[in-house]
Amino acid sequence: MKMGEHMVSTTLIRAAEYEDANPLVPNPWEAAVAGIGFIVLFIIVVKVIAPRFEQSYQNRVEAIEGGLNQAEEAQAEAEALRAEYEQQLADSRAEASRIREEARAEGAQLVAEAQEKAASESARIREQAHAQIEADRAAAAAALKSEVGALATQLASKIVGEALDDDARSNRVVDRFLANLDAEQQTQGAPR
Amino acid sequence: MRGPALSSLALSAAEEGGFQPPTISETHLPEILPWMAPWGTGFGKNMLMVILAVVLITWLFTFAIRKQALVPSRGQYLAESAYGFVRNTMGRDILGDKHFRPWIPLLFTVFFFVLFNNLFGAIPGLQMPTFSHAGPAYAMAGIIWVTWIALGFKLHGAKFMKLMTVPSGVPKPLLLILTPLEFLSNFIIRPLTHSLRLMAVMLAGHIIVMLAGSGAEFLIAQQEGIANAGLGVAVLLGSIPLYFLELIMMVLQAFVFALLTAIYIQGSIEADAH
Repeated sequence: MKMGEHMVSTTLIRAAEYEDANPLVPNPWEAAVAGIGFIVLFIIVVKVIAPRFEQSYQNRVEAIEGGLNQAEEAQAEAEALRAEYEQQLADSRAEASRIREEARAEGAQLVAEAQEKAASESARIREQAHAQIEADRAAAAAALKSEVGALATQLASKIVGEALDDDARSNRVVDRFLANLDAEQQTQGAPR
Repeated sequence: MRGPALSSLALSAAEEGGFQPPTISETHLPEILPWMAPWGTGFGKNMLMVILAVVLITWLFTFAIRKQALVPSRGQYLAESAYGFVRNTMGRDILGDKHFRPWIPLLFTVFFFVLFNNLFGAIPGLQMPTFSHAGPAYAMAGIIWVTWIALGFKLHGAKFMKLMTVPSGVPKPLLLILTPLEFLSNFIIRPLTHSLRLMAVMLAGHIIVMLAGSGAEFLIAQQEGIANAGLGVAVLLGSIPLYFLELIMMVLQAFVFALLTAIYIQGSIEADAH
């Protein structure tokens, strides 16, 4: 059979070609290609792939740690601001109470001053009134004295019936009388 | 030679109309560009997947982080969560606060390089977990093996050899047995298990996908009768939970591979602590 012979020869050729059908016997070229392929890949991994992955990992670690630090910083800042505000608030409260105190003191002082002023004013007015009254009294007394003298002289002359022509003498008499009267009054008024 | 014998057996079965299951050889697809063919190989799908993974991881993560926004977008958040998962779960928790920073890129690259290459096995159209081939798995485990040994000698000098092979607090005569065992376990077996665990799981998943696909195709398209077609549909339905199981395994293996990387590095840093 021609067909059969052909198949046999093909099979023989194939069998001869792969005499090493023993799976433990390597094809050195395949081994070489695999080895070279592995080394090429290894170099690519060392130079490119591994550094990039490590870099990416490092970046992420830094970003997370940085974020945490940033948050901490922000919190500290907020804390400081809060403390500052509280300080300011306390300060302004103290300031307000101080101002209130001052105002109260000032008010009290104003009232006192006004009172004092009013008192002194009233004293002054009283003083003035006293002086006026005194002056009026003195004037009245003086006027009265002369009038009383004249009246008394008139009266006396009417009583005596004789004109007391001698003015100088009658004046002296009246004056002496009045002076006695004054002295009398004064001795009477002194113990009062 | 086992290969041809098996193939002819399968071939005879195929001629008789039987089911021809896919072989391991079929996980090695023909080259897309038979560029280096005279020296053993050409440019295959496996290599395309490696390049795709490098481009995709670079683009996705640089695109997601391009803005470095403090409040991340959804994409950036997802990318940062993924980065943070590697950084904190594998880096900080295992290497400790003091030492983990310089190792973040390595752990990140290991985890996502393996994860993307694994997930290619679950994406229709790509359907090729790079580490189902032993070569790439050896290469990865080798790079990490060199890294932790170099780190150990750099930190502890020649004493590192003693720290890694001579367990403390063990009676002298026992050391005769334990020291070679420790050497074997730490320096020889460790990188092998590190790579083969990944490779075996990915290969098994890949084969299951192939098996389910070819079996369903065989039952539905190549066999007559409604019963066989129904059986084929059942196979397809059954492969759905397997697909999700596979998805879990892909993520889990990437996690385990990166986690072991971190543990080996931690072992080198603190070799004198235990």
